Amino acid sequence: MIENHVAALSTYAKDIDFVIWLIAVLVGGCFFVCEAIFFYFIVRFRAKEGVRAEYITGEEKRHKRWISYPHLLVLVFDVVILVFAVKVWYEVKQQLPAADATVRIVAQQWAWSFVHPGADRELGTADDIKTVDELHVEVGKVYHFQLEARDVLHSFSVPVFRLKQDAIPGRVITGWFEATGTGTHDIQCAEICGIGHGVMAARIVIETPEQHAAWVAEQSPIALAAAHQP
Amino acid sequence: MAESIPAHDAHAHPAHHPHAEPSFWSKYVFSTDHKMIAMQYMFTGMAMALIGGFMAYAFRMQLAFPGIDVPGYGTVTAGDYNALVTNHGTIMIFWVAMPVLIAAFGNFLIPLMIGCDDMVFPKINRLSYQIFLLSAVVLIVSFFVPGGGFGGAWTAYPPLSAKGQYNLTSLGSSLWLVAVALEFVAFLLGGINFVTTAMNSRAPGMKVFDIPLVVWMIVVASILFMASVGPLIAGAIMLFMDQNIGTAFFDPDKGGDPVLWQHLFWFFGHPEVYVVLLPAMGITAEIICVFARKKMFAYKTFLYTTFGTGVLSFTVWAHHQFVAGIDPRMANIFTVTTLLISIPIAEMCFIYIATLYGASIRLTTPMLWALAFVAEFLIGGVTGIFLGASGADIYFHDTYFVLAHFHYTFFPIAIIGTFAGFTFWFPKMFGKMMNETLGKIHFWGTIIPFNFTFIPLFFLGAYGDHRRIYNYQHFPELAGEQYQDLRILATVSLLVMLSFQLVFFYNCFISWRKKEKDAGKNPWRANTLEWTAESPPPHGNWPELPKVYRGPYEYSVPGREQDFYPQNVPS
Amino acid sequence: MRPIATTRAAAGIPTGRLAVWWVVASEIVIFGGLLVSYIMHRIANPDWGYQAAYTNVWLGGFNTFVLLTSSLSAVLGHKAAVAGDGPRAAKMLYATCLGAVTFIAVKAFEWTAEITHGYTITSSTFWSFYYTAAGLHALHVIAGAVIMLFVAATAKRNLELHRVELIGIYWHFVDIVWIFLFPLLYIAK
Ligand code: HEA
Ligand code: HEA
Ligand code: CUA
Ligand SMILES: [Cu+2]
Repeated sequence: MIENHVAALSTYAKDIDFVIWLIAVLVGGCFFVCEAIFFYFIVRFRAKEGVRAEYITGEEKRHKRWISYPHLLVLVFDVVILVFAVKVWYEVKQQLPAADATVRIVAQQWAWSFVHPGADRELGTADDIKTVDELHVEVGKVYHFQLEARDVLHSFSVPVFRLKQDAIPGRVITGWFEATGTGTHDIQCAEICGIGHGVMAARIVIETPEQHAAWVAEQSPIALAAAHQP
Repeated sequence: MAESIPAHDAHAHPAHHPHAEPSFWSKYVFSTDHKMIAMQYMFTGMAMALIGGFMAYAFRMQLAFPGIDVPGYGTVTAGDYNALVTNHGTIMIFWVAMPVLIAAFGNFLIPLMIGCDDMVFPKINRLSYQIFLLSAVVLIVSFFVPGGGFGGAWTAYPPLSAKGQYNLTSLGSSLWLVAVALEFVAFLLGGINFVTTAMNSRAPGMKVFDIPLVVWMIVVASILFMASVGPLIAGAIMLFMDQNIGTAFFDPDKGGDPVLWQHLFWFFGHPEVYVVLLPAMGITAEIICVFARKKMFAYKTFLYTTFGTGVLSFTVWAHHQFVAGIDPRMANIFTVTTLLISIPIAEMCFIYIATLYGASIRLTTPMLWALAFVAEFLIGGVTGIFLGASGADIYFHDTYFVLAHFHYTFFPIAIIGTFAGFTFWFPKMFGKMMNETLGKIHFWGTIIPFNFTFIPLFFLGAYGDHRRIYNYQHFPELAGEQYQDLRILATVSLLVMLSFQLVFFYNCFISWRKKEKDAGKNPWRANTLEWTAESPPPHGNWPELPKVYRGPYEYSVPGREQDFYPQNVPS
Repeated sequence: MRPIATTRAAAGIPTGRLAVWWVVASEIVIFGGLLVSYIMHRIANPDWGYQAAYTNVWLGGFNTFVLLTSSLSAVLGHKAAVAGDGPRAAKMLYATCLGAVTFIAVKAFEWTAEITHGYTITSSTFWSFYYTAAGLHALHVIAGAVIMLFVAATAKRNLELHRVELIGIYWHFVDIVWIFLFPLLYIAK
């Protein structure tokens, strides 16, 4: 349902969409059955001349059955949903596959700044590439991100990745993603952070290895410094 | 043993004590009569609902037509937008849902339904309303102070809410916080009154399972409120001191922890949603039984599931914080509890449906509202499951999907449920019937636009619209035509819905102006005690307080020529 | 003139006592929330122990003793009330108030000492909790004492004697809160 409007571009996006689809089917099914019976009763049991309502306490077993059996079904569905939901949750939030590269993401009122590892794929070295409101990643590589906030709560949200993580001042929160397709997409701030919350947008640029290498080469501070030599 | 104390049993005087005709002030303003206090809560709530609705109108206009100057408001800047949304949410929950569903109906119904002459502490009852009124005033003042109203969302997460340098509305935020705190105090006083009255002052013969469900629900809701609000009151004190005297409870730079607030808030926040849900459920149960001429299906089971919901509701709070930086392992526990809570609530919904089986249904206006409540609440309920599943919530958190979810729960509760109760008990409150045709017009004119307002928001949420954004044009992927059309659809439907509220007020007005009191004591041929009193009930409610002989839902009892069997009729 | 509602006791507990229990219940969660937050922080940062070292255990201990004795006099007051001896009940309540006054006086002394040594509410989160929790409790002590004066005034004329018990229940609660605060804020180091 969702990928028709929001591309699914991370390894776990498909799994999250599946959970959503699964819930839609199970719960949606129950929902439509409930509403159907509900409206059928309303139509079927409209007041008629000389017809009296039945007197049903609902306390006897043979009556209670009618609510307790559907009820078990709900329980079963809950368990099914639970299993898949937790599975995906574990995949996204509780495990950390080995990283090919790490980026630092710093949120503040009201902008995103990103630190890319640069050519040596190491953070905190001379060739780190700092950008504002634009994150460059390479498709098919596992990225770890270190999420920080300078002032208030923000939330790093990449719809195409189905990824969302609040940023908390005073903490560094680590997470991961692996892009499965190239393109340029939105990064949102999904936690209210003051007047500028509505403009706290950034872009994520997912590139092929070649494009990425080229971008790194031209942005690398060393290269830039060299370019400025007289 | 306290009974043995002289002062205690010295009040065996008749219910209707002769007293001089009270002055306007003592009759309407400083009255201690539970019915008058109920009216005060009801109409304050109604006024606040209009303010909250107006705010919704203002910011929905901005969302549909970014940058226009909204008729009756003006241009909505980013700051205004946040303040409007924040106070819309706060008002609708704390100054509409709570006062109307718990305080107004609680005050009006509890003494009448359990057959006594007033609340056990009439003065505390009056005090509770006065504090509530004060809180409303403080809130409204906070919009107009320098810097403007608080815009940090109704959840008021620090550090944003804690520091003027971040939210730019230091005075507004403090007043907002004070208003909410005062409101809590008012409802603590009210709640104690409700619970004590319902426990102690039942009419002779009324056993616990003879108590009408709506009374049960309001009592359980009050207990839930009292048991959950404490930590947030403590939190509010801490936040207030962070704001104003520079403590650092929630300030990470000085060793505080912002997430602590989230726990304190949601530990109250989630039970709170059931605090407003239960009374609406109770109102619906009463109305369905009366107009289906049926006994409530499995009364006791319904009650037990309520208790179940109450207990479970204390164990699910962190489902609002899945991606808020809590330990990811915790999320699994809260997913389990959250999905579990669908069990008791599903049970309640099934019971409503089962009650309709073999019924003899009359689709009066109150009945329409009550049935609509069930039909619409189901949507809100099932969409909660998407959010409760931690994996799916990673995507849905803080999108309009959440928003649509809780409007599909809150709107049925606070608006549909209120209209149901209001139209049902109007004859008892004013002794006059409302106009059915106008009532039905208002019903359809509200229900249909309601769905057209919020169904689009589910889709927008699924497409990535996130909350509290004053203008989506800044997000290339959300700026698209087709999305904007959905936003416009939602806003236009809202305009239609709001305009149909005029029908309601017109209907109230003409019905209230009618010369003759055409309601009589028991227009709906219902069983519960309030229908045995005059409409409107006099001070003291009954000349002779009633006795109770049976449960509240003895409709269509075989072998009686009448299809109802009032609780006070000796067998 | 009291409504008849007030004189009924379907639950078998006199209305007043029932209500006070509910008051206490809702107060417990307020302090509960505050203390749990404190304990969480305390576990998270052990270094608070050093700061707690500056609190005055002896004065805290003395205050604990004062509150406990004042609870005793409250109980005696209740006894007298049940026996229908209003004046004596009133005396006992005045004694309890005296305890309250002593408690507040000691606190004031304690706090001035700490503040002059530079441990103010903003020095650190520990001190924030220290002053907030103790302060909130102190407010309850004051409120309780004031109400008690009113109750005593009526009790002296043998009126509304059941209120003596009610204020007593509340007082025990205030006392018990302190029993929790004292070890948490003073002793745990
Ligand atoms: C009265 C209001 C109300 C009610 C009743 C509910 C009921 C529920 N809510 Fe909702 N909720 C809110 C008001 C309410 N909520 C609000 C205000 C917010 C947002 C706050 C904010 O961030 O501003 C919110 C947010 C919210 C979140 C956080 C979303 C996020 O921010 O990421 C979650 C997550 O678990 C959730 C879950 C649920 C669940 C599981 C229920 C359950 O109680 C629903 C149970 C009911 C049913 C399930 C339907 C009946 C059952 C059937 C028809 C059978 C079929 C069902 C199955 C097979 C399971 N809600
Ligand atoms: C009870 C709760 C309640 C109710 C009823 C409503 C009603 C409405 N809400 Fe509200 N809303 C919230 C609670 C509620 N809301 C909360 C908690 C938030 C989150 C705030 C935040 O993010 O911080 C929110 C946020 C919110 C947003 C999100 C803004 C954003 O995140 O950017 C939007 C957007 O469309 C919205 C729209 C509406 C609309 C169109 C209505 C319409 O239904 C309003 C129509 C109003 C009426 C029809 C009034 C009719 C009533 C009467 C005439 C009186 C009857 C009274 C008696 C008879 C006594 N609401
Ligand atoms: Cu940053 Cu919202
Ligand atoms: Cu919740």
